[in-house]
Amino acid sequence: MGHVLKLLPFLKPYWKKSALSLVLLVVVVILDLAIPRLVQHIIDQGILANDMEEVWRTFLLMLVISAASTLLAIGNNNFSVQVGEGMARDLREALFLKIQSLSYGNLDRLNTGQLLVRLSSDTGAMQRVVQVSLRIGTRAPLIMVGSVLLMFVTDRHLALIMVPLLLVTSGIIVFFIARMRPLFLAMQEKLDRLNTVLQQNIAGVRVVKAFVRAGHEASRFEAANEDLTARSIRVVEFMSAMGPALSACINAGIVVVIWAGGLQAVRGEATLGELVAFVNYLQTAIGPLMIMAMLANVWAAGIVSAGRLDEVLDTQPQVQDLPNAPALAASARPRVVFERVGFHYHGAKETLVLEDIDLVAEPGQTVAILGATGAGKSTLINLIPRFYDPTAGRILIDGQDLRHLRQDLLLDLIGVVPQETVLFSGSVRDNIRYGRPFAGDEEVVAAARAAQAHDFVLDLPQGYNTRVEERGVNLSGGQKQRLAIARALLIRPAILILDDSTSAVDVETETRIQEALETWMRGHTCFVVAQRISTVLKADKIVVLDRGLLAAEGTHRQLLQSSPIYQEIYASQLGAAPNGAGRDG
Amino acid sequence: MAERGRNEPAHRPPLRGGPPGMPGRIEKARDPRRTLARLLPYLGRHRLLLIAVLGLVVLSTGLGLLGPYLMGLAFDEYIANRDLAGLALVSGWMLAVFLLGSLADALSGRLMAAVSQRALKKVRGDLFGHLQTLELRFFDNHPAGELMSRLTNDVEALNTAISQNAAALVASMLSLVGILVAMFALNFWLALASVIVVPIMFWFTGFVARYTRKGFRELQKDLGQLNAVMEEAISGQRVVRAFRRGDWAAAEFRRHNQEVCRAATYANSYALLLMPLTNQLGNLFVIAIAGLGGWLALKGLVTVGTIVTFISYGRNFINPLRQLANMYNSIQAALAGAERVFEVLDTPSEVDQAQAAAAPARISGQVEFARVRFGYTAGIPVIRDMTLEARPGQTIALVGPTGAGKTTLVNLLTRFYEIEEGRITIDGTDIRQLPKTELRRRLGIVLQDTFLFSASVLENIRYGRLDASDEEVVEAARLADADHFIHQLPEGYQTQLSERAGNLSQGQRQLLAISRAILANPAILILDEATSSVDTRTEARIQAALLRLMQGRTAFVIAHRLSTIRDADQVVVIRQGQIAEQGTHQQLLDRRGFYHQLYMSQFKGEAI
Repeated sequence: MGHVLKLLPFLKPYWKKSALSLVLLVVVVILDLAIPRLVQHIIDQGILANDMEEVWRTFLLMLVISAASTLLAIGNNNFSVQVGEGMARDLREALFLKIQSLSYGNLDRLNTGQLLVRLSSDTGAMQRVVQVSLRIGTRAPLIMVGSVLLMFVTDRHLALIMVPLLLVTSGIIVFFIARMRPLFLAMQEKLDRLNTVLQQNIAGVRVVKAFVRAGHEASRFEAANEDLTARSIRVVEFMSAMGPALSACINAGIVVVIWAGGLQAVRGEATLGELVAFVNYLQTAIGPLMIMAMLANVWAAGIVSAGRLDEVLDTQPQVQDLPNAPALAASARPRVVFERVGFHYHGAKETLVLEDIDLVAEPGQTVAILGATGAGKSTLINLIPRFYDPTAGRILIDGQDLRHLRQDLLLDLIGVVPQETVLFSGSVRDNIRYGRPFAGDEEVVAAARAAQAHDFVLDLPQGYNTRVEERGVNLSGGQKQRLAIARALLIRPAILILDDSTSAVDVETETRIQEALETWMRGHTCFVVAQRISTVLKADKIVVLDRGLLAAEGTHRQLLQSSPIYQEIYASQLGAAPNGAGRDG
Repeated sequence: MAERGRNEPAHRPPLRGGPPGMPGRIEKARDPRRTLARLLPYLGRHRLLLIAVLGLVVLSTGLGLLGPYLMGLAFDEYIANRDLAGLALVSGWMLAVFLLGSLADALSGRLMAAVSQRALKKVRGDLFGHLQTLELRFFDNHPAGELMSRLTNDVEALNTAISQNAAALVASMLSLVGILVAMFALNFWLALASVIVVPIMFWFTGFVARYTRKGFRELQKDLGQLNAVMEEAISGQRVVRAFRRGDWAAAEFRRHNQEVCRAATYANSYALLLMPLTNQLGNLFVIAIAGLGGWLALKGLVTVGTIVTFISYGRNFINPLRQLANMYNSIQAALAGAERVFEVLDTPSEVDQAQAAAAPARISGQVEFARVRFGYTAGIPVIRDMTLEARPGQTIALVGPTGAGKTTLVNLLTRFYEIEEGRITIDGTDIRQLPKTELRRRLGIVLQDTFLFSASVLENIRYGRLDASDEEVVEAARLADADHFIHQLPEGYQTQLSERAGNLSQGQRQLLAISRAILANPAILILDEATSSVDTRTEARIQAALLRLMQGRTAFVIAHRLSTIRDADQVVVIRQGQIAEQGTHQQLLDRRGFYHQLYMSQFKGEAI
């Protein structure tokens, strides 16, 4: 409930429409309640009083009221839709902007699939809550209260007899609503489990087939399926008792009215019309009651969704600019310094990813980073654009601590080619100029040439205008990597970061890329994470990471002499080191 | 061009297909009658229960008709005649009738719950089971996200229709007919006046549905676009941020978001029109009866009791009509969903003519490709005239530029795809003679795209051999050099992996995939770029371990990195679907051909 209230500010821009919608609703309810009263009037003052004119007058009045009520109800609907959809739109936007503002550390914990579900289905659930609350959710209790009031107005004595019955009915409703929420939540959970099995099975179909696990998968699915079914049966069985229980109550009330009211009528204390109206009110009260009970479901879902939405909206980006961070004194040839930098992932203090890293990259240098899988290479370079902030020590660019700079200005200097290539739908050209949307064609081609992408792009069906399919499925891994490199080069970065971004490119092509980079990045700083010795041969400085520690640093020649790990890496790729400095030399 | 047949990225979430705020998409099945006919057997399995439900529904409907009749009787016969004993008696009867009716309703609802949920379970189970038998081409042609939303949304639509509407539909129809008969029996003119409501109701429903359907179709389109924009911006958030395109992405999002808001407002405004309109029809009905009834009563043609009965019937008459109108859309959607479900069920399974008996108990691992020809699309060959022999215990390295057809060879050997010409044999037996399950059981495959399940590390490795003990799993991980980093994870082997495996690097994921394949203990091992993201030192250690493990077994290794393949018994250089060079590392170097060129580029011609 608290979560729902926290989302209340999203309704604020729509309070006028909401209020209008509610006012219309109240009028509709009053008009609707007038109908049984007028039926009573027709019977008592018209038929029983033998007054034809009164019958017609009342008849016309009822028609007018009915028409008015329809129009007002439509008005209520339209306003409630506008409020609900408007709020959903604002909520989606707020979430989207929030997600865009999150840093890597946040994203590691919220996976994108979940985020998408939140954007679409959770905002949908909130919108349903609003729409329902502005319509039937308010209307139903109003009608009920109105009916009860009118019962008292019509015949206080009979109405008093109804009080215990109404209490029992309310008790039944409260009972069902209270039990329903956990039941539905449990069912939803089972459904999610089933969907996970299904989704993984589809996404991993090759693995399933390769390991001949169809039977295993079927039994996993069967277990989840049976679980869900058993739970659903219990929920549906439980829920199916509610309608009959409520109607049994109301019908019992009707019988009491007819019997007790009949006695009164016989004694002349009540009119027939009153009795009919009374029965009518009882029946009017029950319909909305049942609907309201059904709506408890919408509310339960809304409360869960609100909780999840709040979680995202409350997330603070782990990397944030200081309140008045100075503009970076942009230098085209920045000097990057790591000072005793340490890093551990959020909540995993015992496993340090990086420890005590000291490193200087002079302007114009190429720094290569080598090391075993999981040694912390990617983490190290992710600290430079502030995708993460170090948990110990500091990183300086031109003498300024990164954390004191504005991240957007910092990012202007840096071209990143991430390990996992992400391309966007759009043409090849649009993808290359993603960082500078208004770059001219010559610049795009030049960047593509440097990244050795130009030739294969020309071979594509429509050259630079070829559409990149969703996630680039129409390109090979190596082709995607080369586009990502071109994209980073186009922004003419002062610092270029390549995170193992030529792993799917064959060695020959990679060599050509490196040659092109030498010219392109002349005077600028490059950080290159690599696996192959050939990639790092010419680097001004090679850094060897080992389990988060800086194990060695130097040029290829120096390391070949001094670093056992480097020698091992060398040997693993090119055989024993030729100058006898190798491990077995 | 790109090599085909990769895994679709796995992280597309099952987006709820429906527009926000409305329970159902509004669609029409192409052939509702046929779909219904196929659907019925799912319910028909519980015939006795269904008959019981039907009986209860008839009973409840009958009782529902009797109640108001008794009410009218109470007014006309007993209250008017001041017959107190009779009033008490008829009240007693009314109570009994009402309570029995509620009881019948509750019971039928209860029975129907089991029938409908069991039927749905069968639909889901059949669907999943059939999915397992489909060939890879099906999955190539249907992206994971699309399939997923089809399977979940369509079955959900069916669920709504069956569990909420199936019994209600029957009850509504029955009570409609029953009430009509009763009304005409009571008073012809009043009944006629009541029936006039029916065509008006249907006209309204049709009218509203037409606009609503149009509105939702548009909304669906807009939502699709918004989802695409959202998915891209969110899954690519890191790149969006790195290139500072956040504002641009937000503007794009805002534009589509506004479109969706507009379309949803339009569609929902129409959809919600139905409610007040049908509500008012209910009122209109009462008004008509009261007016006409009043006039007739004054002429002495009807009694007040009849009017009371009619007004009471009126509710019972209007409610089913309203329900039918509301159900109309959800049943249409369910049938459209069922149609698509059956479409999947009708997709032919993988053909496998091989007989289980043909599978030998042990194989030595002699693999031969003889003049194999294959293309993913007819007329565009990817593999042409490929002849290749791997002797037992040999390691064959497949080298070549991207798109040369290396992965395709794996796809053919595993019979993910069937060759067009030539033949592939294992120990002299054509693999088409081997049942696919038997064939694959003997292959240990590490695929190019590492797919891990959202389960613990332990379970992920154990996927290779389900009955492996914990020690065997750890041993496999140790061989793949994964044991070390697994111990560094927060909960070691029990660490749950999320779908995109959160903090695991690409290399670590590959190590887990290798552990999985090692555990499977295959006769033939296939590594497709299995170590491309693993550092070369670790790779060298894995290779040494594999070498020991693979003693006497055949291995196919696809790699870009020449260090990976240097020690292979045979290096096969593939270019454009054909073998360009073949021999040992040294032989190929001496030949100074394409391989030599590839190898030397690692040194960039520098003296080192």
